[in-house]
Amino acid sequence: MSTVNSHEHHYAHHFKNADHEFVTSKQGVWLFMVTEILMFGGLFVAFFIYHNMYPDMFAEGAKQLDWRMGFTNTLVLIFSSFTMALGIHFIQKGQNRKATWCLVTTLLCAAIFMVIKYFEYVHKFHLGFFPGKYLDVAHVGAEHANLGLYFGFYYCMTGMHGIHVLIGMALIVWVLIRNMRGDFHPHYYTPVEGVGIFWHIVDLIWIFLFPLLYLVG
Amino acid sequence: MANHDSSVNYINEFKGIKSWLFSLDHKRIGILYMITVMFFFLIGGIAALGLRLELFSVGPTIMTADTYNQFMTYHGAIMVFMVIIPGIPAVLGNFFLPLHIGAKDVAFPRLNLLSWYMLITGAFITIATLFVHRVDTGWTFYTPYSIRTGGATAMAVFGVFIMGMSSVLTGLNFIATVHKLRCEGMTMHRIPLFVWGLYSTSILQVLATPVLAITLLLLAMERILGVGVFDPALGGDPILFQHFFWFYSHPAVYIMIIPAMGVISELITTFSRKTIFGYTAIAYSSLGIAAVSFFVWGHHMYVSGQSETAGIVFSFLTMLVGVPTAIKMFNWTATLYRGSISFQSPMLFALGFLFLFMIGGVTGIMLATLAIDVHFHDTYFVVSHFHYVMVGGTLMALMGGFYYWIPKMFGKMYNEALARITFVLIFIGFNVTFFPQFILGAMGMPRRYFDYLPAYESLNRISTVGSWLIGAGFLISLYVIIDCLVRGKKAPDNPWGSKTLEWTVSSPPPHHNFHHDPVVSAGPYEYR
Repeated sequence: MSTVNSHEHHYAHHFKNADHEFVTSKQGVWLFMVTEILMFGGLFVAFFIYHNMYPDMFAEGAKQLDWRMGFTNTLVLIFSSFTMALGIHFIQKGQNRKATWCLVTTLLCAAIFMVIKYFEYVHKFHLGFFPGKYLDVAHVGAEHANLGLYFGFYYCMTGMHGIHVLIGMALIVWVLIRNMRGDFHPHYYTPVEGVGIFWHIVDLIWIFLFPLLYLVG
Repeated sequence: MANHDSSVNYINEFKGIKSWLFSLDHKRIGILYMITVMFFFLIGGIAALGLRLELFSVGPTIMTADTYNQFMTYHGAIMVFMVIIPGIPAVLGNFFLPLHIGAKDVAFPRLNLLSWYMLITGAFITIATLFVHRVDTGWTFYTPYSIRTGGATAMAVFGVFIMGMSSVLTGLNFIATVHKLRCEGMTMHRIPLFVWGLYSTSILQVLATPVLAITLLLLAMERILGVGVFDPALGGDPILFQHFFWFYSHPAVYIMIIPAMGVISELITTFSRKTIFGYTAIAYSSLGIAAVSFFVWGHHMYVSGQSETAGIVFSFLTMLVGVPTAIKMFNWTATLYRGSISFQSPMLFALGFLFLFMIGGVTGIMLATLAIDVHFHDTYFVVSHFHYVMVGGTLMALMGGFYYWIPKMFGKMYNEALARITFVLIFIGFNVTFFPQFILGAMGMPRRYFDYLPAYESLNRISTVGSWLIGAGFLISLYVIIDCLVRGKKAPDNPWGSKTLEWTVSSPPPHHNFHHDPVVSAGPYEYR
């Protein structure tokens, strides 16, 4: 992608030059993303199998979710992906102050996402929509006896994703601090690039989760 | 490196326990893994001896049925997740992959150290269930039993989850290392076959393990939140767990065996003093096995109620694995042909591997056959088959590779006569233990029970006696290693006359592996 010269940054001893270190690290991050996608892939496969088995139940469950909240969150995350990419762009240009503001915005978006998610969860708990065996079908007036299974999926998939958002936030804080300390410059910004890739994948997973959980059915 | 003094090496350059526990040197991390794996092998081995002792006689011999189930679970889980999966890649691979390809280290040294810490953390959590509430599900954690049983299953699978992450990170590290850190002239068709094995294994680790991770997390969620995915009472499907589990665990079988095949390729060519026959075929058959392994998981489930069509397809695909495997066997045999074979202990283990792995492989084809498997499913025939592959295959290769590389790792020679005795004990003991189990399985003795009908007693006794021979063999191996470290004579740089790069550096290697960046201009096995 970008060519990085070797001056200024001290690359690890087993690399030929800073560029060598950059492309290797990036390959490592992408390989890790493959594992992330495969891990969520298992959840998606299970989701499709049960969706196929109980289409009515999944429709009933999806009706209980508020698509407006999910949609807002989708917009928030897509915007945060944009600011993340913009942040990397500014670091490549050597404009670290602008990059800092981009990373702060990304972090704020992530926080907004989690807050909305929190209110969604609390609301569901309030109505009695617990996962699996804790969902009292009579209490919530569910038509389908196994509605708990849908909410099992809902909490597992969004919970898994939420944990990734939290990890992403921690990583963004890390590169934010390093950026403010002035560690990054156009010839060295490998950690920001890596965190950026991770953040885009986390967004991408949500972009699949939103229609599947909120809109399908 | 200004210092070319060969008395300075990775072992003595830095001192103190901290210089080991926080070392980023792949060689030191390899040694950390070695100690860890040996420790777990000891625990898993004691559990195995306990199991065999219980089966010595009809009726309760030394333990209750519940204790037996727990012994069986911990034996399986420890041997699979803590010994055989990290065994060759994390111990020998860590130490020799960078040396093999002329690199100074693996691509991500800190990640490498983190992998080791994750392995011991995960192992600690899983083993700590012994003191919380012992698990009795077997290492496969099959639902719905694993949802209902009283054992601390969620904790155990969480430990396995962390060990899985460790395995993923090692695989990721090795892939990037092979892609990016090969020295000048080291093309993909010049890397040693052990590296091809590690590379194929790493692909499997990266692609298959995440599926196990999510499966185990769902199982833990099943127990903690009762989400219902695998619970029939809540509308879930316990068979789905088996599909998910084997989608990982069948490739995992190849995670265990492919690096062993890599070691064997090194040993056979070195001790035949002959260029390996069919380098390309052996290299790509590793990738072939890795590719096919993702499409065979259903052969564990012929009697689970899956459709007959699925059974037939899985049966066919499983037999397909035999093709790349046989390619390797024939190429090794062809390498031996008219070679100047010397029977030093590493070669003895390699030849033992060829013999035992062939039995393991051919019985695998038998089990792949639908009609036969319906009869043999869940009998000792299956137990014997996978022990022939995992012990007769992987452990033999690990021992052989270990004896082969000890001089390089520690710069000392071991007692060759004693090492040969360990081979004889392990090889004979292994066959005495497990061959009778083929017969027992064919007679219909089911696996995983702590008791059996009187008709099976004599063969079970033979099997138990065999397990003592194996135990003695490994104990003597431990003595050989300690004796080598304490009293071993100084090893030359290249005691076996091998041609790969690690033998061009001093024994033990210097901290940075190579004094000058190596440049390669030919293949790895230029014997004759």
